[in-house]
Amino acid sequence: MVENNKYTNKYNFAFIDEATKKEIRRKLLKAVAIPGYQVPYSSPEMPISRGWGTGGLHVTLAIIGKDDVFKIIDQGSDASVNACNLREFVHQMTNCKTTYNTAEATLIQTRHRITEEELRDDQIYIYQVPQPEPLRSVERYEFKTRQMHGEADYAKMWVSLYESYVRDGDIMLGAGYPVMVNKRYILAPSPIPKWDVPNLNHSNALHLFGAGREKRLYAIPPYTIVDPLEFEDVKFHTENFSGTECYRTGYKKAFMDELYFDDGTKHFLINDSNFLDKLAEDMEPKQHANKYIDQL
Amino acid sequence: MGYIAVKGGTDAIHNSQQLVEFYRLKDATTPLDIEQIRSQLRMAVDKVMGEGGMYAPEYAAIALKQSEGEVFEAAFILRAFRATLQRKYYSETLNTREMFIKRKISASFREIPGGQILGPTRDYTQRIIDTSKATENNEDIQKFLTEFRKGVDTEHLAEITTFAKVIDLLKNEGLLKPVDPNEDKTLADITREAIKFPAVRSARLQMMARAETGGLMALGYASMRGFGNVHPTVGELRYGPVPVRVKDASGRLRYIGKIEVTEAETISTGRTVKKKQPPSYTIGYGLCFGQNDTKAICMGILDTGMRSPDINSPANDQEFVLYHTEGIEAMGFTNHLKLPHYVTFQSDLKNLREAIKRSGKQKVEQPVSTE
Repeated sequence: MVENNKYTNKYNFAFIDEATKKEIRRKLLKAVAIPGYQVPYSSPEMPISRGWGTGGLHVTLAIIGKDDVFKIIDQGSDASVNACNLREFVHQMTNCKTTYNTAEATLIQTRHRITEEELRDDQIYIYQVPQPEPLRSVERYEFKTRQMHGEADYAKMWVSLYESYVRDGDIMLGAGYPVMVNKRYILAPSPIPKWDVPNLNHSNALHLFGAGREKRLYAIPPYTIVDPLEFEDVKFHTENFSGTECYRTGYKKAFMDELYFDDGTKHFLINDSNFLDKLAEDMEPKQHANKYIDQL
Repeated sequence: MGYIAVKGGTDAIHNSQQLVEFYRLKDATTPLDIEQIRSQLRMAVDKVMGEGGMYAPEYAAIALKQSEGEVFEAAFILRAFRATLQRKYYSETLNTREMFIKRKISASFREIPGGQILGPTRDYTQRIIDTSKATENNEDIQKFLTEFRKGVDTEHLAEITTFAKVIDLLKNEGLLKPVDPNEDKTLADITREAIKFPAVRSARLQMMARAETGGLMALGYASMRGFGNVHPTVGELRYGPVPVRVKDASGRLRYIGKIEVTEAETISTGRTVKKKQPPSYTIGYGLCFGQNDTKAICMGILDTGMRSPDINSPANDQEFVLYHTEGIEAMGFTNHLKLPHYVTFQSDLKNLREAIKRSGKQKVEQPVSTE
């Protein structure tokens, strides 16, 4: 007898089938073994749009276990619409505990920010990556960029930074500032602001990057050297928020959102919503330390 | 208070989900029956299956209903569903010579084996809006069906069989470019492995089989119009069901059902490809689920184009064609621009303001609207 199982399709734990999870985990191991190298992977379709965090989801769902505590932020905020949607999806498919509290989370998925609060070595940080190829702005063909990475031929990239400096007096790259990982591969850190880039260097946590649409995975293992691209005489710097402070907490050393109130006045507010909440409640979250923050 | 931009996200998305369901149902009309969609919106179902990369007319119909008829969205739903299913078998190569022909035309010869069979096509209909469709009822349908069946000569039905292909005629005469054994040797599976460039032909054809019809058409058309060099003759276009077989554990071939496909074989202008060989035709190949002439033909054009790389014409450029005709990825990424980007924008803003300061030039004065 052929059993009629029409419409009875049940989803596996964490949605993705075990064979594909295994494939993604293997590719992640390869990514960790070669820091900064982009590993192609199957990238099956998810019930979330391409470009809306499918790569991050693949990584999260492939490595999440029943005891994990999951946090997800978008633009630094736990309550941002897309983060809410993805959190609900992960929760439905795994029944894992979710949290807003950075310190409590074991897995943190993000779009465009690293938390202000310092990460620990028992945390995994997962990035949603729109464009994994840092060289795309200087070379449109995937075929050629893979070759350039293979040969560590980064001349075009350096020239473009130089040209930017000549034209505008500074390296005009904003979010997603390219970094050199382990002195070998240039990597796109996903569009995190320059403010966050130094926090990748010698981080306690494992950083995993998933680019779903472009079907690439890559990683920065804990305690890896991550250098933003800079010249001997023209240095990398973070966004300058001097002269501004968070209008709610008076705090100055954090990435700020620029807000315009109904009366047209401009205010600044700490972008990282959990960090802001903690400061507002007079807690003292431990912030990332790096030479750029320390100078402030 | 100004800061409400994206806080309270969960409530907002739940309300939005409720609202989109409300818009689908608000006029409380008779629910669309899946069987109705499947049979009366056949072309939409075919398109959804093709772009969704899953042959399942019923599920395609459900997806169309769920997405209020938005074909991109329906194809996306189907593809996401497909990704949760285990691949148990790879089918054996389809033999389209076994196709039960519903439609078969050739532009290259006046007569072909078995004759030209128009089959169900809107090609020669006048696109005059038929207002009688507005009042069509069951009686009308029954009346049409009875009349139609009267006109079918049942005695001759058994004579309809499978037909030889037009390209066989050319092949037998030695007019075709010999198949390059290297070109078709590797069988990729683009659903299990990310495509790599230069891509093998199997991967290229698979990508195009799931690509968006409009995207393929834009590039195929560009190639014919002059931004490329492929203006083929349709050697043969056929549409109909073909049997699918898989090998079971004991290695025996098992018939598992039929799928309907459209197949196009387009013939390029004859030319010398290799110096030591005589000039020949190359065949462009297109195959897609259901009935979709446009897609199959454009696949044929782009298949030919991509086999002679030329960075001056987008349609001959593998990376350009394959990445950008992938409708579901293109749609997702285009729409992601709607997501908040205020962190990246803040970072850009800082750069621009500093650059303006450094330039020492006067800012461009813009009139302020006083309304």
